[in-house]
Amino acid sequence: MSPHLQIWRWHVTMLTSILHRVTGVGIYLGGLIVAVWAISLASGPEAYGTFKALLGSPLGKLVMFGMSASAFYHLGNGVRHLIWDLGYGLDKEQANSSAFVVFGFAIAATLAVWGIAYMTGAL
Amino acid sequence: MVQLTLPKNSKIKPTGKHYPAPAGASKVKTFKVYRYDPDSGENPRWDTYDVDTSQCGPMVLDILIHIKNNIDPTLTFRRSCREGICGSCAMNIDGRNALACIQGHEECSGNKIAISPLPHMPVVKDLIPDLTLFYAQYASIQPWLQTETPEPQKEWKQSPEDREKLDGLYECILCACCSTSCPSYWWNQEKYLGPAALLHAYRWIIDSRDEQTGARLDELEDPFKLYRCHTIMNCAQVCPKGLNPAKAIAEVKLMLADRVV
Repeated sequence: MSPHLQIWRWHVTMLTSILHRVTGVGIYLGGLIVAVWAISLASGPEAYGTFKALLGSPLGKLVMFGMSASAFYHLGNGVRHLIWDLGYGLDKEQANSSAFVVFGFAIAATLAVWGIAYMTGAL
Repeated sequence: MVQLTLPKNSKIKPTGKHYPAPAGASKVKTFKVYRYDPDSGENPRWDTYDVDTSQCGPMVLDILIHIKNNIDPTLTFRRSCREGICGSCAMNIDGRNALACIQGHEECSGNKIAISPLPHMPVVKDLIPDLTLFYAQYASIQPWLQTETPEPQKEWKQSPEDREKLDGLYECILCACCSTSCPSYWWNQEKYLGPAALLHAYRWIIDSRDEQTGARLDELEDPFKLYRCHTIMNCAQVCPKGLNPAKAIAEVKLMLADRVV
């Protein structure tokens, strides 16, 4: 079998595609965090306190930062897919530029959310 | 099935033969070429050729022919028209699929250019992939005009507007650059038709003279044949004729959606 991933020089559209899948899986697993949150909430103040402490730790914050970045990326690229499904934006140049729009949106939205969280003292 | 690494018997030995440039060579460029000889029983290897490009034409195919004529006659590759119309010399050059005959070596990045067969395909020898499945997939979409009304006395007529719908489709030369660039095709080529066959399917679906549009769409309504396209866009990025299979596939998806709503 001839070499494939080993030799391929990636286009940005290939990167956005695989990132969409990766962030999708990430968000799916992130659903577990929500489930644990609900369980801890139902289990009383002590369990909920532990959960809050865990999520408020530097590692917990890092995970949540990743989750929010994934969610915004997946949202942005999902809209890009919807536009494609309507038959627009499929030219090579358009697809390349919309990739950077999605990256920009994901970064800006994530920073905005964490900026607001910081300013309101939620962090 | 997704298999990120190469099977054991396809792993490439990094240490192949090295052919240094002749003394007095002026514009030397290194070409790292995939070599596989089925008769040797050995794994593929990378051979490197230091080529004096001042002695060659501008295209990668010129380099390959120079190597075969002057350096190493055992190098095997397909070529025919040398002007981008036959599709024989499709291969992976510098990490992207292209036709060697219209890909200038100076357009490639860096001073060391890797050349390998079209990706994720069985290899017959060196740069020659086995395209049997690719052609069978093309045949499976029944690429000919199908009608029910009696044949007209002279010809099937088509308005200029309807004829225009075939632009960007009929130019495909079936070089397989697109299909073998597609990760979905890499992982599911037994079930997914791939960009080239799907572009041709759309070419007949959209043809105003064809009367099997419904049957053709039925044939594609399948989770694998059509819907393994995830708009990765590699097909459109590499097509040496500047066509856009991703867009053709999206049009087919739209037509299928339009049928139900």
